Amino acid sequence: MEGQLAHIGAGLAAIGSGAAAIGVGNVAGNYLAGALRNPSAAASQTATLFIGIAFAEALGIFSFLVALLLMFAV
Amino acid sequence: MASEAHGAEEGGLVFHPMDQFIIKPLFGGDEIGLFTVTNATLWMALAVLGIIVMMVIGTRSRAIVPSRSQSVAELAYGFIYKMVEDVAGKDAVKFFPYIMTLFMFIVFANFLGLIPMSFTTTSHFAVTVVLALLVFLTVTIVGFVKNGMGFLGLFWVSSAPLALRPILAIIELISYFVRPVSHSIRLAGNVMAGHAVIKVFAGFAAIAVVSPVSVVAITAMYGLEVLVSFIQAYVFTILTCVYLKDALHPSH
Repeated sequence: MEGQLAHIGAGLAAIGSGAAAIGVGNVAGNYLAGALRNPSAAASQTATLFIGIAFAEALGIFSFLVALLLMFAV
Repeated sequence: MASEAHGAEEGGLVFHPMDQFIIKPLFGGDEIGLFTVTNATLWMALAVLGIIVMMVIGTRSRAIVPSRSQSVAELAYGFIYKMVEDVAGKDAVKFFPYIMTLFMFIVFANFLGLIPMSFTTTSHFAVTVVLALLVFLTVTIVGFVKNGMGFLGLFWVSSAPLALRPILAIIELISYFVRPVSHSIRLAGNVMAGHAVIKVFAGFAAIAVVSPVSVVAITAMYGLEVLVSFIQAYVFTILTCVYLKDALHPSH
């Protein structure tokens, strides 16, 4: 029974991946909106874009990690 | 990591998607000691060897009109140099060899891991945590050596109202010490997740009805993984540059 509950928990942790997807989409979408308004400034901001994406994505990776721990370590 | 879940269902998953990350000794035996040659050490050594071959052959002729191998070496050098200069500032250029080494190792380990039947060293937290801890230690030591106690100004947000500053200092302190955690888990998690997803789709390929979809999905995921391999190496190095900038110019 406990093992099955851990599987349910892993599935719930996977919701976090969707939340991270929203975050990454937000960053990339806003970057694109800004880049289309001022294309000349876009190239200088790609580094910032990737840093923002990385920060948003890290939290999704944490939820993936929680899912992995529930599946294999608990 | 997991070997108990070998379900031999009808046409379903006959291998576990996490089996690819098991570390095995190369030359027999089951015990893994401190100096045992395992598949992990083999692929790490291959990554280092690949970097050496690429850079040494690329820079051997030093022609004015570069050959193909020289262009690749120059491109890699110029790419990292520009990143260090732009993100971390001109005075961080003396850390360029370290950052270049980090980037090249991660890129090579990621790309070698994409070869079928190979082993992805960067999918293991043991590898990425060491890399991230080294960056953390370097940044902290450089910060204190360069600025003395002024480095603590990183945690004292002087632009905020005075009443808010102690609370912000605690938050900044926590975020500073979480850096190596997120830094390492981001790389390993991304790489591991991508490879596991490919293996999950590969498991579906055994079922005749969905196998065409599965093959297309594997191809698409593989393409995405090539992209992710590079972007994660880029993100790891660019975050190193950002942390380095914090250490060199800690004023908030």
